Amino acid sequence: MIKAILIFNNHGKPRLIRFYQYFAEDMQQQIIRETFHLVSKRDDNVCNFLEGGSLIGGSDYKLIYRHYATLYFVFCVDSSESELGILDLIQVFVETLDKCFENVCELDLIFHMDKVHYILQEVVMGGMVLETNMNEIVAQVELQNRMEKSEVNQVI
Amino acid sequence: MRMPAPIRLRELIRTIRTARTQAEEREMIQKECAAIRSSFREEDNTYRCRNVAKLLYMHMLGYPAHFGQLECLKLIASQKFTDKRIGYLGAMLLLDERQDVHLLMTNCIKNDLNHSTQYVQGLALCTLGCMGSSEMCRDLAGEVEKLLKTSNSYLRKKAALCAVHVIRKVPELMEMFLPATKNLLSEKNHGVLHTSVVLLTEMCERSPDMLSHFRKLVPQLVRILKNLIMSGYSPEHDVSGISDPFLQVRILRLLRILGKGDDDSSEAMNDILAQVATNTETSKNVGNAILYETVLTIMDIKSESGLRVLAINILGRFLLNNDKNIRYVALTSLLKTVQTDHNAVQRHRSTIVDCLKDLDVSIKRRAMELSFALVNGNNIRGMMKELLYFLDSCDPDFKADCASGIFLAAEKYAPSKRWHIDTIMRVLTTAGSYVRDDSVPNLIQLITNSVEMHAYTVQRLYKALLDDISQQPLVQVASWCIGEYGDLLVSGQCEEEEPIQVSEDEVLDVLEGLLVSNLSTPVTRGYSLTAIMKLSTRFSSLNRIKKVVSIYGSSIDVELQQRAVEYNALFKKYDHMRPALLERMPIMEKTATNGPSETVQTNGETDSTILDTKHLPSISQPASQANDLLDLLGGNDVVPIIQTTVPTKPASAGGELLDLLGDLSLTGGPTPTPASSVPMSQPPFLLDGLTSQPLFNDIAAVIPPMTAYNKNGLIIEFTFERSNPNPNIAVITIHATNSTEADMTEFVFQAAVPKTFQLQLLSPSSNVVPAFNQGSVTQVIRVLNPQKVRCYCEPRTHSASYRSRSSEISPFVLKHLQKSDECLSGAKLNIAKLKLRAASH
Repeated sequence: MIKAILIFNNHGKPRLIRFYQYFAEDMQQQIIRETFHLVSKRDDNVCNFLEGGSLIGGSDYKLIYRHYATLYFVFCVDSSESELGILDLIQVFVETLDKCFENVCELDLIFHMDKVHYILQEVVMGGMVLETNMNEIVAQVELQNRMEKSEVNQVI
Repeated sequence: MRMPAPIRLRELIRTIRTARTQAEEREMIQKECAAIRSSFREEDNTYRCRNVAKLLYMHMLGYPAHFGQLECLKLIASQKFTDKRIGYLGAMLLLDERQDVHLLMTNCIKNDLNHSTQYVQGLALCTLGCMGSSEMCRDLAGEVEKLLKTSNSYLRKKAALCAVHVIRKVPELMEMFLPATKNLLSEKNHGVLHTSVVLLTEMCERSPDMLSHFRKLVPQLVRILKNLIMSGYSPEHDVSGISDPFLQVRILRLLRILGKGDDDSSEAMNDILAQVATNTETSKNVGNAILYETVLTIMDIKSESGLRVLAINILGRFLLNNDKNIRYVALTSLLKTVQTDHNAVQRHRSTIVDCLKDLDVSIKRRAMELSFALVNGNNIRGMMKELLYFLDSCDPDFKADCASGIFLAAEKYAPSKRWHIDTIMRVLTTAGSYVRDDSVPNLIQLITNSVEMHAYTVQRLYKALLDDISQQPLVQVASWCIGEYGDLLVSGQCEEEEPIQVSEDEVLDVLEGLLVSNLSTPVTRGYSLTAIMKLSTRFSSLNRIKKVVSIYGSSIDVELQQRAVEYNALFKKYDHMRPALLERMPIMEKTATNGPSETVQTNGETDSTILDTKHLPSISQPASQANDLLDLLGGNDVVPIIQTTVPTKPASAGGELLDLLGDLSLTGGPTPTPASSVPMSQPPFLLDGLTSQPLFNDIAAVIPPMTAYNKNGLIIEFTFERSNPNPNIAVITIHATNSTEADMTEFVFQAAVPKTFQLQLLSPSSNVVPAFNQGSVTQVIRVLNPQKVRCYCEPRTHSASYRSRSSEISPFVLKHLQKSDECLSGAKLNIAKLKLRAASH
C-alpha cells in the first residue's frame, strides 16, 4: 500500500501532497519537511530507497523517490509494494504528466495542481495502484477534462 | 452590492508566488481566505468550485482550510461535473472519518454510484475507496459489488480497489464479494486484471479459507503470466520491451501467497517461474523488477532445490549490477533468505562484504546487517577484519549498531580469548564513544572471566588510556580493570606481550587525571574513584590514595562525595574490613549469550545495567549498600547500617555474586560456621555477627516456619506460603512477640531486598508489641522473586538502647530454584536485609 505521495521542489516547497492515511494537518506539514530533509541530503548516484523517517515511517515503510530536474517525486510505501515496481510507477506517472502537459515542467504542476490530482487519481486510488497504462490514463483524463469544458461558465 | 467575482486559482497562485517573505505570503493567504469565507456565506453557487480549488491550494501550503469542508459537500451534491470533481477531491483531502460531516456524503455517493455518467460513478468509487468509513462502506458495499460485475472496465477496475478498501474497513463483508470474483480473471482489460489480482491478494491475505479457495486459480494465473511473456510485442502494454511488467509482478506476488506451504500449487508454478527467471530481459529496471519478484516467490514457496539455487544466483548477480537500486533490493532479499538458505548465501559473502565499502548509506546498512548474519565460526577472523575496518570508516549513525554487532559476534565465535580481548580493544579504541552504555558491564564481565588474560588486558587498556581519555566506555572499562588488576600492571606480569614498566604513582596519576579531566562524565569519575580505592589493597601508596579519597569527600558531585565519604570511613573506622571488601572479583557466571541488550532486558529494569556502575563497587563496599537500603526505604529516619564482616574470607567457589554477598556477611559459603566474635565498634545500633543457615535445600513449595530473630525478649517468627494465583510470590507472615516486662512501642518492621525482587509490606496489625507475650504483632510481606534469586537475608535490630554485644541473630536463606539459563550475577544488588527497629525504653 502507498501511504503517501509527495512532490516537492529542490527547496522543499510542496507541489502536490496526497496522503492515503489520515494525518493531522500539522503532522502532514512536518512529514513534508522531514521527508524533504531526508531526500535532499542524498547524492545523485545513490539508490532511490530510504528507510522512512520517524514521522511517517514505522519499520515497514520505505521512501522511494526519483529526482527529475527541479522536482522530487516521493512515494512512501509499505512492504506489500515492489520497490522496483514503484520506481517504474513513478516513471509512468511522470511520463503521463508529460503527455498531458506537453513537456511538463514545474510551473505546470504549480499552476494546475488540481489537474495533477486528477491525473494521479487515475493512477493510484486509495493507496493502491489502479492503472499503469499511460495511454489509458491520458485518454480517461482527456475525456473528463472535455466534460468539464463543455459545462459553461465554470472555470476554476 | 454584488461582490466582485472571486479571483481565479491561477491568479491566486501567481499572487502568492510574488510574496518575498513568509509573512507576506501569510498576509495574502489570510486576505484571500476572508474573501472566500464571505463568498461561502453568500451561498454563491457559481464560484464555489473556484473557491474550493483555491482553498485546496492553500491547504497544500499548510494553511487551515477546514471551513471549506461543508462546501465540498455542497459541490458533491451539485449536478455539474466540474463541481463534483473538485468537491470530491476536496472531500478526500480535507475530510476524514473522524469528522461526522463525512457521513453526509453517503447519500450523494450512493446516488453517484448509480449515475448515468461513468466518470461521476468513477469519482464516487474513488472517494469511497479512499476515505469511506466503516458505516459508509457498510451502506454502500452492495453498490460496489454491483459495479464489480459490470462490463465497463473503467468502472470494474475501480470497483475492485474500492472493494479492497471496504474489506479492510469491514472484514465481515468479504464474503459478499466472493461471487463477483468468479470471472474476474477472464477479463481482457489489463487494468481490471491488475486490480482484480490486488483484490484476490487482499482476500487471500485476510482469510485462510479464501486462500484455500483461490488456490484453484493457480493454473489460470500461470496461463495469464505465460501469455504475457510469450506473446509478441504488444504496443498497448509494452514498457521497455516487456509486456505489462506491473501485471506480471502482481501475479507473481499472488502466486507467492498461493504457493506458500502448498506442494501442489508450488508444483504447478515451478515451470513458469523457471521460465520467467531465465527469459526475462534484465537490461532495464522493469525486467529486474520482474526477476526480483520471481526470486522472492521462488524462495517463499516449496520450490525444488535447483530453482532455489537459481534464485540465489540471480540475487548474487544482482549484487554485481551497476545499478544501486538492484544491489539494494538484492541485499534486502538476501537478508530475508539468509536464515533459510544460509549456505547458498554464504557463497556470495565476498560480494556482500565488498558492499560495505559502497558509498551509498542504504546499501552499507544492508550489507552490514547481512554481514553480521553471515558470520560464523569458520569465517570469523576474516569477517571481523572487514567489519572492524568498516567500523573505522563508517558514518556515526552506524557505529553504535556495528559495535554492538561486533561484540555479539565476537562473543559467539571468538576463536581465542586473546583474540576476543583484542577485538574488544579495537572497538573501544576506534569507536569508543559510540559503544552503547550497556556494553560496558558486559565487557567487564568478559574480562573478569578471562582470568589468564588479566595482565594482558589491563596493560593494553592502560596503554590505551595514555593515548586517549575522551571515549567514556573505554575509560570506564579501563578504570575498572586498573582498579582490579593494577597489581598485575605494576609487577609487569604480562605474558602475551612485552610487559611495560609502570610505577604505582604513574597509575595513580592516570586515574587521578580522569577524575579531574573535563572529558570525564560523572559515571566515569565514579569508576575511577572506586578504582583508586581498590588499589589501596593492591598498591603500597596508601597515603596518596587516602589523600585523594579525602579530597573528594567534599566534591560538589554528590555521587562522588558519597563514595569518597564512605571510602574514607572505610579507612578510618573499618580498616580491618578493607582487604576483604576490596578483594579481587570472582568469576561471574555467564549470562545467556544473547548479547548486551538481551541481558539488560532480563533484568526487567528500564535503565538496568548488568553490572551497574554505581552498584558494582558497592558489592565490595557495604557502606553504600546501606544507602541502597536508604533509597529503598526512602526514609531519612533509617540509619545506615555498616555491616560487619568476618576477617577471614573464604575463597568463593565461582558462584554467583550473591554468594559473594553471602560470603561477606556470613562466615562461610554453604557450610555454616559459627560467628566468630568480632569486636564491634559501637555506633548507636547493634551490629551483629551473622551466621548462615540454609533454610532448606529443595524447591518444595512448602517452606517451614522459622524464627528469624530471638533476642532480648523479642521473638520474630516467619511463616511462609506460596501465593495461590502466582506461585512466584512468597507470602511471609511475621509474628512478633515480646516476653519482656514492658511493651515495645513504635515497633516497625522494615525490609530491603535486591532490586530484582518486589516487596510488598502490608500494614502491620499494630506497632506495639505487648509485654509478657500477651499478644503479637503480625504483618504480611509478599515477596516476588521473578528471577528466583538466591537471597540471603539478615535481620538486624536497631535500638537506641541496645548496646550489648551480639547475640544470635539467625539469618536465613531463602533459596529458590535457579533457572539454568538465567544468571543474576549482574542483578543490581543490595544485601537483602530485614531490619528491625524496636524502640526501646
